Amino acid sequence: MNLEILGISVLWTFLFGYIVVGAIDFGAGFFNAYSLMTGKQRILTKVIQRYLSPVWEVTNVFLVFFFVGIIGFFPKTAFYYGTTLLVPVSFGVILLAIRGSYYAFETYGARGHKGYSFMYGLAGLLIPASLSIVLTISEGGFIEMVNGNPVLDYWELFTSPLTWSIVVLSIAATLYISAVFLTWYANKAGDREATKLLRKYALIWSLPTIVTAGGIIFELRKHNPDHYANIQTFWPMFLISFILFVGTVYLLLKKQQYGWAFALLVGQFAFAFFGYGASHYPYLLYPYLTIYDSFTNPAMAISLVVAFILGLCLLIPSLFLLLRLFLFNKDYVRGKEDHHA
Amino acid sequence: MGNEEAVFYSRVLTELTLSFHILYATIGVGVPLMIMIAQWVGIRKNDEHYILLARRWARGFVITVAVGVVTGTAIGLQLSLLWPNFMELAGNVIALPLFMETFAFFFEAIFLGIYLYTWDRFENQKKHLLLLVPVAIGASFSAVFITMVNAFMNAPQGFDIVDGELVNINPIIAMFNPAMPTKVAHVVITAYMTAAFVLAAIAAFRLLKGSDHIYHKKALFLTMKVGLIFAIGTAMIGDFSGKYLAEYQPEKLAAAEWHFETQENAPLLLLGIMDDGEVKYAIKVPFGLSLLAHNNPTAEVIGLDQFPEDEVPPLYIHYLFNIMVLIGMWMVFLAAWFWIGIKRGWKSVTTRWFRWLIVLGGPLSFIAIESGWWLAEVGRQPWILRHIMRVEDAATTSGHVDLMLILFALLYLVLGIGSIVVLRRMFRNNPVERELEDRHTEKGGDVH
Ligand code: HDD
Ligand code: HEM
Ligand code: HEM
Repeated sequence: MNLEILGISVLWTFLFGYIVVGAIDFGAGFFNAYSLMTGKQRILTKVIQRYLSPVWEVTNVFLVFFFVGIIGFFPKTAFYYGTTLLVPVSFGVILLAIRGSYYAFETYGARGHKGYSFMYGLAGLLIPASLSIVLTISEGGFIEMVNGNPVLDYWELFTSPLTWSIVVLSIAATLYISAVFLTWYANKAGDREATKLLRKYALIWSLPTIVTAGGIIFELRKHNPDHYANIQTFWPMFLISFILFVGTVYLLLKKQQYGWAFALLVGQFAFAFFGYGASHYPYLLYPYLTIYDSFTNPAMAISLVVAFILGLCLLIPSLFLLLRLFLFNKDYVRGKEDHHA
Repeated sequence: MGNEEAVFYSRVLTELTLSFHILYATIGVGVPLMIMIAQWVGIRKNDEHYILLARRWARGFVITVAVGVVTGTAIGLQLSLLWPNFMELAGNVIALPLFMETFAFFFEAIFLGIYLYTWDRFENQKKHLLLLVPVAIGASFSAVFITMVNAFMNAPQGFDIVDGELVNINPIIAMFNPAMPTKVAHVVITAYMTAAFVLAAIAAFRLLKGSDHIYHKKALFLTMKVGLIFAIGTAMIGDFSGKYLAEYQPEKLAAAEWHFETQENAPLLLLGIMDDGEVKYAIKVPFGLSLLAHNNPTAEVIGLDQFPEDEVPPLYIHYLFNIMVLIGMWMVFLAAWFWIGIKRGWKSVTTRWFRWLIVLGGPLSFIAIESGWWLAEVGRQPWILRHIMRVEDAATTSGHVDLMLILFALLYLVLGIGSIVVLRRMFRNNPVERELEDRHTEKGGDVH
């Protein structure tokens, strides 16, 4: 394995991490707001808050890690993506800012404030939509070179069915991932009512997720035939992903083994995400940028890898401690302990 | 929108985001240390007041962290969005500390979550305090790493440019550039100082607003004492920063000091105004500048005459420099007065007007932080990377920066107001007197 592939694999893994923890987080915020509006907050809010409160800041760092890392390993992306993404990413950042800060305002400062909850619930749902545009753009066809500078064609972008299917997928997947995780969490907390409601949400959102995911592959055939052809060669990964999806839904329907249901779901998304990533190789941006012509110098690459390994030695035990104290601690999950500052 | 406009708006947006982020980031760096000190004192003296102090600061801290995190994410992305050419080059050479910064954030975020949710969970209080150590380290190291990047912009090294290609890249040499030691030290210690004086201002304000509780008096004494130490450190390291400038960025020092001609025995100019290229009403301290720059009253100090006109930074940074230094001196004086006054039982330090001066110290420290950064950044103009890349060559070519500027300005307005409203409400609804009482009844009515 060369350094280019190592670099992109690490970054892709962190992006995957962000997508999973972020989706749980954003979806939870949305369900929380929704339950406030429909008067079901009694059922859901406690479960959601117990999980979210200690971890929300960690979620954000996954994203920061990804975008700082990509500039480090592939500095040319700053030129292509930096110039063209000003508008979509700025919107994403503004939503992230509203979502993050109002989440903290509501949780630590003004518990139960409806306006704040509503704001971060809605913002959370729009974040995946606005950030997923980056994936759409990476498929090529939306960026043109004008006088040596990349320019984004908004009309083309917003009239493309590909864009909108990816947006829908991002929203559906967010709600689906979040609902499955929270079903498990609520079940662990021994909260029957919440489990029941969240299981229902999970089942509702499973279908749109799989349908749009399939639809996107189909649309790529028109939009980017090269990529479509590549995807064909990775068909086993997508098949496994689908089987895992069926497994999750089966367990949910049977009302058993919610922990496994969530594990299968992570597997489903991992196979699809890495299959997609592998078929995208070697392009970072069709057709201008590959991981090879944008890669940094060897000195920087090696020092980044070393820093990464040292960093992991610090992070993994810490993350483990966090999970042990809050996710796997029965008393905490059940709400028997409250030691908030 | 032409490129000139894009450059202009990119600058304004960068200025805005950084000036806003730095307020919260400074608190983020300094306050964990203050919480640690208070909790430590509380455990050592077995004094519940200090522990409650730590706890209440920690609660407020979460709100400022949240805004710090989201605005930091904004500036992190904006660097690539607004300055793509700069980031492409910088990514090749100085990405290492940026990358390490994310680990510092990670570390801080994880332990902050744990710390906040484990109050009273451990029998041994010291274990809980131990969880705060990584938070404080993570926060301070975020500042260290990002300031290394900024130092690199002022004194780039660790690479060569041959025919427009970057060669001989050495990320470690780039990190440990000449601007790094003084810059990092000054930034970190000013954050500690500011946090101490901001918390002191809050304590003084409570005392002024009628609460006469010993809790606030303890808080005030602790924060002012710590503030004094850091203020003295700030002035000393600030002096080193001046010496660094004299050696490596003489044009910045000369512009900040309105020092036009290279000369020996150079005087220091304080305040004054510029009238048609002539300085008026300034206070002249003989030999001052030579002393500041080289520790030697007769040393030669390079003036602006040594630089081509288009490489001279804007002269208004003189005022920024003066504001920062005057505030620095004033805070040392005020804190020393308070400390000696308390020890000696002077009446003056418990008067209302003195407490108002302490309250004023909080905002003043923030003003010093802002003027310091503006001095440092504007003083680097016209360069984004000194002597390598100019600002106008670094900016985006996108035509929508003006619209984004408006949106972000609105965002910061919402965040700024929101954080103040929430903080006020948080502490008003739960005054310390009530919380102390609740705790006692809790203890008295022990049912376990
Ligand atoms: C509470 C805030 C505060 C206070 C009281 C002071 N400073 Fe400062 N100063 C900063 C906050 C700051 C800063 C925000 O941290 C800066 C901006 C960029 C940097 O490196 O540090 C800075 C920059 C800065 C620079 C420019 C460094 C550069 O561009 O590389 C110099 C020469 C000084 N300071 C010198 C002083 C002196 C002689 C002070 C005397 C008391 C002083 N500062 C007080
Ligand atoms: C957080 C405190 C900081 C503040 C308040 C601040 C303030 C400013 C200001 C006022 C400018 C505009 C100068 C002008 O246009 O005349 C500027 C420019 C800039 N700063 Fe900073 N800065 C800070 C830290 C940093 C750091 C740590 C970095 C790098 C990692 C950085 C990167 C830049 C860049 C890329 C520009 C744009 C180019 C330029 O105008 O020179 N800044 N900053
Ligand atoms: C160009 C300059 C800067 C960039 C790109 C930047 C980037 C960031 C980012 C991405 C975050 C959010 C991290 C997270 O998700 O947890 C953040 C937060 C933070 N930044 Fe900045 N930052 C800059 C300037 C500074 C400076 C100059 C300081 C210190 C003096 C600083 C100190 C902090 C701290 C302590 C936090 C953690 C949040 C908090 O505790 O309030 N940053 N920054």
